[in-house]
Amino acid sequence: MALLQISEPGASPDPHQRRHVVGIDLGTTHSLVAAVRNGLAECLPDAEGRVILPSAVRYRDDGRTEIGQPAIDHAVADPRNTIVSVKRLMGRGRADVGASLPYDFVKAPGMVRIKTAAGVKSPVEISAEILATLRQRAEDTFDNDLFGAVVTVPAYFDDAQRQATKDAAELAGLHVLRLISEPTAAAIAYGLDNASEGLFAVYDLGGGTFDISLLRMTRGVFEVVATGGDSALGGDDIDAAFAVWALEKGNVASQGSHDFRAATVAARTAKEALSTKPRVTFACVLGGVPFSLAVDRANLEAVARPFVERTLAAARQVLRDAKVKASEVDGVVMVGGSTRMPQVQRAVGDLFGRPPLIDLDPDRVVALGAAIQAEALAGNAFAADVLLLDVIPLSLGLETMGGLVERIIPRNSPIPTARAQEFTTFQNGQTAMSIHVVQGERELVADCRSLARFELRAIPPMVAGAARIRVTFTVDADGLLGVTAREETAGVEAKVAVKPSYGLSDEEVARMLGESFQAAEADMAARSLREAQVDADRLLAATATALAEDGDLLSDQERAAIGGLVAQLSAVHAGEDRFAIDDALKALGVGTESFAAERMNRGIRRALAGRRVEEL
Amino acid sequence: MSFDSDDFALFGLPRRFALDQAELASRRRALQSEVHPDRFAAGGASAQRVAMQWAVRVNEAFDRLKNPLKRAAYLCELNGVAIDAEDNTAMPPEFLIQQMAWREALDDAATHAAVDAIASDIGAHRRAAYEGLARSLDESADYARAAQQVRALMFVERFTNDVSDRLESMEA
Repeated sequence: MALLQISEPGASPDPHQRRHVVGIDLGTTHSLVAAVRNGLAECLPDAEGRVILPSAVRYRDDGRTEIGQPAIDHAVADPRNTIVSVKRLMGRGRADVGASLPYDFVKAPGMVRIKTAAGVKSPVEISAEILATLRQRAEDTFDNDLFGAVVTVPAYFDDAQRQATKDAAELAGLHVLRLISEPTAAAIAYGLDNASEGLFAVYDLGGGTFDISLLRMTRGVFEVVATGGDSALGGDDIDAAFAVWALEKGNVASQGSHDFRAATVAARTAKEALSTKPRVTFACVLGGVPFSLAVDRANLEAVARPFVERTLAAARQVLRDAKVKASEVDGVVMVGGSTRMPQVQRAVGDLFGRPPLIDLDPDRVVALGAAIQAEALAGNAFAADVLLLDVIPLSLGLETMGGLVERIIPRNSPIPTARAQEFTTFQNGQTAMSIHVVQGERELVADCRSLARFELRAIPPMVAGAARIRVTFTVDADGLLGVTAREETAGVEAKVAVKPSYGLSDEEVARMLGESFQAAEADMAARSLREAQVDADRLLAATATALAEDGDLLSDQERAAIGGLVAQLSAVHAGEDRFAIDDALKALGVGTESFAAERMNRGIRRALAGRRVEEL
Repeated sequence: MSFDSDDFALFGLPRRFALDQAELASRRRALQSEVHPDRFAAGGASAQRVAMQWAVRVNEAFDRLKNPLKRAAYLCELNGVAIDAEDNTAMPPEFLIQQMAWREALDDAATHAAVDAIASDIGAHRRAAYEGLARSLDESADYARAAQQVRALMFVERFTNDVSDRLESMEA
């Protein structure tokens, strides 16, 4: 450590210091981490040189946890404690996930929980193990702490699934810069690589999810026009159906979870081999007895046809939503391991009337795009100028009388977005009310997904119908829902308590965070202090940049006031007192709010400059 | 230019119904390039909050300008004529008769071709109605008449959606 560091307050001590950021593709079957190094996005390998981390976690009897390939190696022998495809369980209830899974589920409402050798685990905790492994890999590569990460989610993930992913990342100690959609990430990697412009479709068929997105690419701006898909449709389903078909064909019965897992592993192996060979042998051991069956490509295609047909129906719907014809699409980018199937490539080519683009690695492209976006968000020098304009994949609605849904934000609305709605009380002196938010396209609440119940409290007591409660629903750039409420006649902010239907409450996330640090107290305190210090550094640097760029917008007095707040934060930012740092942070934040608004106005004028002259 | 400017001023577009969609989209990109929260990812909480508000404002204006019916309603309101769709359901009798005839035809249509015929009929009516609306707004500046046309088109749009839902369910 240097003995003496002399630098301006707020300025980075080392102008060449880079913020280390990564893009993470948290996939159903495998996960990757990528970063931009020397100007190029690349996937980071582990110590053995492998970039792909199988998304599998095994909780062993001796209390140890195996992640990735070591877990996969025991998937058949220890199915109850080896969790694979955990992504399909994120933000999902017991009734959503099907009966064929070999896990010991806890009987309780809300997001599923699994009893393992290491106790009861939620999908969020299991995913956090995978993410923490990738984080460790990246930190070993950089020999440094990570500043943050962009984590990808299927475009068609609903709010509960997105929130669960973000919770998992935070549990793994990652600062989430942004959640972005997988097809959008792929479009960035593809578009920048090929300098493409125009309207592109991204067809993303992974292990457990299917997305189809239409994007317009214009000079570094990636604008999602419409998106659709199915967050429970992927190669896993084809494997399971192929396994069932093979067992039936061979006239054998599956003897429980070991056998079924062995059969699906064999189905997957055969499916992959059939992408390049016309016929192969389906082989596995069932109940100690070897089983084998000759299968050909036509057998697989017959089994897979209904699944492929469902993806095409979703693709047609997206074209209708965007009001474009298939022939207007300039290119179709293929993403996800399942797009290696010749049957899928043929079907997509027929739908769009052009051969799909298969010249990129469908396993890596999502992580690479996420890394490029992470680099842009970190504000590192020479980052690509990239802007994503995404949409909400599923409509948001409220439950009204009779179990009907009133739609408040329609699907494919650009995000961030906000809608306000007014409510009133129906009883004298009523001080609380509940709002049920659902997501989906159907008219009945029962046919949509329940997201959360928001309890509004602290409504001032009035006669029935007199209160006017304005509830604002926001969807941020991560696609996550937020709710605020205000009683208009008295001007009182109502308290909003969230009860997620298939998510973790803030308290549960806090508890898991606590448990993940075994030395608890001391580590938690150290972590909070470290986070406050990072936030302080970040805000000081941002304020210095803002003053350098737009300081002329301020009067001398305003400038001096901000200077004072900067000095206050600089004085404490590297110290040990977290609360002093938090107070100074908050003060500088509030003190620069109107400056931020002024800067934004200047930005707007800049965007319109030169155009209005010709127009007026 | 400020947060409270009207949508046309915000996008630097003339205040009229006729609009170049490509130009609108390109201005939205230019505006979001300035205000999107991702542009302020390292800018602290207050900059993020301001950016979020602006990005929402730009998207809201974009949605209102992009959709011809919303744009027409907005122009009426800017010119002091409210649409009041809920309170103002009085329609000319011939329009109501036309409505009922369409509804009945859709209920009776059993084949794809029959629904297609209704779709093309309503499509022609819709195009003509928008042309009339454009004349009221951009040529004669008759906002009371435009508001009436907007209310009628709200029926037409709803019916158009029902027809295409029906076509979709027949294709599925």
